[in-house]
Amino acid sequence: MCMPRLGFLRQAPRTLLAAGIIFAMAHLGAPSVLAQSPTYGVGRLPTQAEFKAWDIAIGPDGRELPPGSGTAKAGKAVYDAKCAVCHGPTGKEGPQDVLAGGKGTLNTPKPLKTVGSYWPYATTLWDFTNRAMPFNAPGSLTPDEVYAATAYVLYLNGIVGETDIINARTLPQVKMPNRDAFVPDPRPDAGKGAKAGNEKAAARK
Amino acid sequence: MATTTPHDPTSPEPSRRRFLKRVTALGAAMVAGAARPGVGTAQSPAAADKPAPDDPTKELGSPVRPYGQRSRFEQAVRQQFPTKTNESSWTFTPLQDSRGIITPSALHFERHHAGVPDIDPAKHRLMIHGMVDRPMILTMDEVRRLPSVSRIYFIECSGNGLTEWAKPTAKGVQGTHGLTSCSEWTGVPLSLLLKEAGLQKGATWLVAEGADAAVMTRSIPMKKAMDDILVAYGQNGEAIRPEQGYPLRLVIPGWEGNSQVKWLRRIKVVDKPYMTREETSKYTDLMPDGTARQFTFEMEAKSVITYPSAGQKLPGPGFYQVTGLAWSGRGKIRSVEVSTDGGKSWKPAQLQEPVLRFAHARFTFPWKWDGQEAIVQSRCTDETGYVQPRLADLVKVRGVNSVYHLNAIQSWKVAAGGEVSNVHA
Repeated sequence: MCMPRLGFLRQAPRTLLAAGIIFAMAHLGAPSVLAQSPTYGVGRLPTQAEFKAWDIAIGPDGRELPPGSGTAKAGKAVYDAKCAVCHGPTGKEGPQDVLAGGKGTLNTPKPLKTVGSYWPYATTLWDFTNRAMPFNAPGSLTPDEVYAATAYVLYLNGIVGETDIINARTLPQVKMPNRDAFVPDPRPDAGKGAKAGNEKAAARK
Repeated sequence: MATTTPHDPTSPEPSRRRFLKRVTALGAAMVAGAARPGVGTAQSPAAADKPAPDDPTKELGSPVRPYGQRSRFEQAVRQQFPTKTNESSWTFTPLQDSRGIITPSALHFERHHAGVPDIDPAKHRLMIHGMVDRPMILTMDEVRRLPSVSRIYFIECSGNGLTEWAKPTAKGVQGTHGLTSCSEWTGVPLSLLLKEAGLQKGATWLVAEGADAAVMTRSIPMKKAMDDILVAYGQNGEAIRPEQGYPLRLVIPGWEGNSQVKWLRRIKVVDKPYMTREETSKYTDLMPDGTARQFTFEMEAKSVITYPSAGQKLPGPGFYQVTGLAWSGRGKIRSVEVSTDGGKSWKPAQLQEPVLRFAHARFTFPWKWDGQEAIVQSRCTDETGYVQPRLADLVKVRGVNSVYHLNAIQSWKVAAGGEVSNVHA
């Protein structure tokens, strides 16, 4: 694919660069920001408040998890009030995604993919609940409520105890039962194309 | 052409009714739009409309208008899958009515996880941070000032065809294949933005996040990001439609639709995948042995005959131009073959120019139907030499519960009476 050559502006006439700098200064009001955009001079440095508000993605090491904590015991109230209507009283009834049960079904004709039977990381449950749940009021739970609801769903699956404290330190340490069942993409894997495609794929890697 | 609603074997109607009853407790907001008019039903020209004049040359036409619309006689619409909510749902492109390779923006398939957000572009921001030397926030005006490219790419949901693994289910090509669409996308190469931010050593992945109510998030390998991903704001010559990610989205040539985060607001550069819900719980492919394939980004080569296809009827024996679409997430379509005898024999189809990498390609095949029952199929080969497999070949390896990435040869049965139906052959 043809990409624009990033170097061309470096060879641009000085007047153009000067105009850009003047524009940037007027626009951003902070000469120190000039160092942030060496080629095109657009954008500005995010504020600490912006970082804090937006940096919500939680990876498996839990680095970005906020302070707070919860137990399954505390989580039952959160779950009953805000989750049960869609996921059922014990996480097994639906009508929306079934959260509990399904253990031992993945290699059967009727696999049941739940948090307990399928999800490889407990941090994913915290992250998704925090960003997208409840469905009709996304992002409305406090960190303590998310920790507690997470603990409760893990408890419903027999993964943590009722009084285990789930927080930024303990959540990433929860070992999900299905963690090791995920494998990389082996395709092409089927039909006449598998062999030809595999050779090409191998050549690309 | 008649449109039909695909039947969802996993969501029988009674449970949907039960659900709607229960969910009432959550308040009207959540089910608003449950009976949205125009979704999944073809709208015929309103009966109250006056008929078109017998001779349009004898009557003054309509005045000019600021934003055009199609003829009131055109009825092709997207069709909704019977999901439990209308916000976490999807609609299919009416491929049976498609012409050429471009999908009209208004008919591009939809997949939303928490509805379509209402975003003011003046307030929208893109933040790039993480393992970069110069974290930055950009306005839409700033994004649009940067050097841009326009490319024609298909986007296909990896769930396209999910009802078809075990038995033929959908009643037409809209239901079997309508989760693919093709547009011209305009935007800034992501590599440009990442170079601008200055990648740090060890930056091997990025996390892309949307500004919808699901705050949809996917992890993307840096190698692809530096290759050909676009941060797009244009679709078919105008701003991207709200359903497609207005004002800004990722377009990732050849990769599953879900990874092409819509309503893009944030890119965090990281050193490992973040294992978001959409790349663990969903969009992973369960195998018969209980293992699950993860990060199955590429959409493998696929083709389908759009005419004649299920739900249509051939009026009688004689000449027909068989036509359809072929595409590959590994690049360009090299050839398409058509069989009219259930795969016993194959003949080359004509590929219509242009044939572009990561885009729908249109093929045609002249056929003289003798009026006897026939099974018509298409099979494509891409530039890597990969040949579209038979369904049995896929099922042999993957079973019938992997949900995603069904790219098998599609069979349509033309009955002696001319009726076309969806079959496994």
